[in-house]
Amino acid sequence: MKPQIEPPRFADRFLEWFCAPHLLENIQGDLHEEFEYQVKRIGEPRAKWFYWWEVLGFIKLRYIKRKPSKYPKTYLYSPIMLRNYFKIAFRNLLKYKGYSFINIFGLATGMAVAMLIGLWIYDELSYNKSFQNYDRIAQIMQHQTFDGEVNTQTANPYLLGDEIRAQYGSDFKHIVMSSWTGEHLLNFEEKKLTKTGNYFEPAITEMLSLKMLKGTRSGLKDMNSVLLSESVAKAYFGEADPLGKIMKVDNKMNVKVTGVYQDLPYNSDFRDLTFILPWELYLSNQPWIKEMTNPWRSNFTQTYAQLANNADIAQVSAKIKNVKFNKIRPEEKAFKPVVFLHPMSKWHLYSEFKNGINTGGRIEFVWLFGIIGAFVLLLACINFMNLSTARSEKRAKEVGIRKAIGSVRGQLINQFFSESLLVVIIAFGLSLLLVQLILPTFNEVADKKMFLLWSNPVFWLLSVGFTLLTGVVAGSYPALYLSSFQPIKVLKGTFRVGRFAAVPRKVLVVVQFTVSVTLIIGTIVVFRQIQHAKSRPIGYSRDGLLTIPINTPDLTGHYDVLRNDLLKTGVVAEMSESSNPVTSIWAINNGYDWRGKAPSIQGNFAAVSVTHDFGKTIGWEFKEGRDFSREFVTDSSAIILNETAVKFMGLKKPLGEIVKINEKPFQVIGVVKDLVMQSPYSPVFRTSFVLDYKDVNVINIKINPTISSREALAKLEVVFKKHNPSAPFEYKFVDDEYAKKFSDEERISKLATFFAMLAIFISCLGLFGLASFVAEQRTKEIGIRKVLGASVANLWGLLSKDFVLLVIISCLISSPIAYYFMNDWVQKYEYHTDISWWVFIASGAGALAITLLTVSFQAIKAALMNPVKSLKTE
Amino acid sequence: MKRTYLGEFEEIVLLTVAVLDGQAYGVVLMHEIIEQTGRSVRLNQVHSALQRLEEKGMVNSEMGEPTNERGGRRKRLFSVTAYGHRTLQEIQEVRVSFWSRLTSPLKLSV
Repeated sequence: MKPQIEPPRFADRFLEWFCAPHLLENIQGDLHEEFEYQVKRIGEPRAKWFYWWEVLGFIKLRYIKRKPSKYPKTYLYSPIMLRNYFKIAFRNLLKYKGYSFINIFGLATGMAVAMLIGLWIYDELSYNKSFQNYDRIAQIMQHQTFDGEVNTQTANPYLLGDEIRAQYGSDFKHIVMSSWTGEHLLNFEEKKLTKTGNYFEPAITEMLSLKMLKGTRSGLKDMNSVLLSESVAKAYFGEADPLGKIMKVDNKMNVKVTGVYQDLPYNSDFRDLTFILPWELYLSNQPWIKEMTNPWRSNFTQTYAQLANNADIAQVSAKIKNVKFNKIRPEEKAFKPVVFLHPMSKWHLYSEFKNGINTGGRIEFVWLFGIIGAFVLLLACINFMNLSTARSEKRAKEVGIRKAIGSVRGQLINQFFSESLLVVIIAFGLSLLLVQLILPTFNEVADKKMFLLWSNPVFWLLSVGFTLLTGVVAGSYPALYLSSFQPIKVLKGTFRVGRFAAVPRKVLVVVQFTVSVTLIIGTIVVFRQIQHAKSRPIGYSRDGLLTIPINTPDLTGHYDVLRNDLLKTGVVAEMSESSNPVTSIWAINNGYDWRGKAPSIQGNFAAVSVTHDFGKTIGWEFKEGRDFSREFVTDSSAIILNETAVKFMGLKKPLGEIVKINEKPFQVIGVVKDLVMQSPYSPVFRTSFVLDYKDVNVINIKINPTISSREALAKLEVVFKKHNPSAPFEYKFVDDEYAKKFSDEERISKLATFFAMLAIFISCLGLFGLASFVAEQRTKEIGIRKVLGASVANLWGLLSKDFVLLVIISCLISSPIAYYFMNDWVQKYEYHTDISWWVFIASGAGALAITLLTVSFQAIKAALMNPVKSLKTE
Repeated sequence: MKRTYLGEFEEIVLLTVAVLDGQAYGVVLMHEIIEQTGRSVRLNQVHSALQRLEEKGMVNSEMGEPTNERGGRRKRLFSVTAYGHRTLQEIQEVRVSFWSRLTSPLKLSV
């Protein structure tokens, strides 16, 4: 007879859970008996409470502690067994060579990519960190407001340093004025080379804590001195002692070598600083600087600062805010210059400003590549897991036999973990090798000097940690799931994997292909954006156009003689001089005035000085009006504008209008189509061209198109050797210079292509493995189908269908994701391509085609098998 | 003295086991003690006392037949061992000898 009233079920369950099994029967019996008694005595509801009370009373160690087993425990880590695990693992690897190859190689590739990206990120993050005063150094910059928009620049008035020193000297340890790091001609006796260097105030040596190999850090005290980097010193003097030698800069200034410093690290903003000249020399060499009537107006120098030890950068930055504002003339106050400190830690990764706010910069790439690296690694891990789980089902029998012989579960777990660890460790070794091989190429593409951090403990810690983690994660499924098989079922053959056993595998495949397709779409969009910008009409002809710097005084002042000599060679179609090469703008001025100019706008223009022949040389196109001409003497006060300038000024009929530049009148004689002189991604800036034979810095030469450039260069060199004997013949092709404007984007595009291909490759490796696994699993089914009359095409469809479906799902998921991110990226460029729908279709189709190719190989192989053979097995 | 120390509650449980003579198990012991001593006793206290007594070798136990009233669960029946008997006797003798040496018999102070 069953008692009608049961004790509370949950309390019973609870008791069963915590109570030691060998005590449970007696205790539970007593509790139930007591419950029945209490029901009679105090009624059911209270008896139930009372039952709980009694159950809780048994929560004592004495009732919880399990009875120790009578049998000795198996020792899980006996070296003999561990050796056996590795032996079996090796045999398994060798038996299934295809799988092992896919597994190990796929994982190694993923790890190698992760390592490369890791190194890249490490390099980016450690930029400039080699300087001892890294966290104390800042660049003094300024925001200025032009027509409501805040521009941020590093260029400052040359008096800024002195002013800050005078007013806020106690907050700074050093303030160093400098010019711009650029190319200079450096001559020593017969050796004439162009090297990059800059003018600095003497304290720069302390600020950058230069390691002096010869001489001392006080080497810049004398105006006519120079400090050389080790490599430059070697280039000129070899093993000889350079100290005290006299060199000639730009063929006009004599300087004495007073020191040699160790080359500055490649991953720093001063990597191009191969020699240092004194600031005083710069000032004395540019007499116009000290003759300026309004020195606070021109921004043409840079200012670096090292803070005093106790100063806080944000506070000091706020303090010096108005240092320029207080000095400028009242009519210039509208530009609202705000001076601030930009710390060295942000120079490299956070260099962009938008409307006066620091918006980041390269840090975006660090994130981007970090994420890509993580994903590629994830893909590789997914492969690894998928293949090992798929394969592991084949080993169910082994598990059964091992258990029957006497393995306990712990041993099986150990076995599978050691197996996956072995594979991961092999893959890790292989990946180190791969990285070592790829690194030189990668360095070239990424413009870095990276090397494997063999001696860095963090690197090893991360690598080993990651290796272990991958091994454990990938090994966890077989280790924990397979080891739970019941030997009887497995050995009898009644063991069946559940219907949903393949679901996680499918999900992982979808994840893989989503990532891959997203990367493909991204690559195509980046590529198209570059093409779009490259095919932008630029308004001039780059063919055979080259620029030669006017780097010594020998080239100035006899334009006509030089021109005649050049034209006489017969290789020059046209030549001219200008203030800047056509691929860049060097001066943006204000002080422009015209009829109908609104008083509220300041109106700054890019100002280019040219000679009469400039237009013919670069082949610009006129919208209206005419080019400068020697026939009109009045052209000395003529001006040519570009379309954007005309639009900006709001002139309906620009020809004949008078434009005043600093009160000097110029008559508009022509309007040219926009010339892309700056970034090909941004709108063309309003530009004015005037005749000026003195303010010129480069010679533009158009080579006769019928003559090969090599022949032309040889003849040009002769002419320049004659006119400019002290300098080496140097030239730059405009189309090369123009192509450099794309280098950043092309670098991304190259890297993105590389990663996308790897991602697809790794995903396909995995798919290949899975497909072969499925085909193998269904051998019998395929045999029977063939016997019943299925064609090869039928079977191919049967085996491919599943995978194709997964890839289609991936495409559907990845398209919106890719659209979201790429649209964001493209919007950053003002001149950008549209992301059209065919990009998604093409990527999807591409992924599908690759999938079919991968899967078909296995599918057709399986479909072609002789059914007699496949049915005969077992 | 060399004998194992017995707690007061243990002594009572041991005595009750002896009284019930082979029919002693958890719930019955609890009820008997509540009835005889009038104090409130919880089942887990009885069980732990029995476990301790068994560890000390004063009782031994065996599983009885399954019964219906406990949902087919067997009882663990306890009986006193010879060592248990001797211990009880020693305790009794010690007490009697002290009682006999009492010069003025205790009065109940109300």
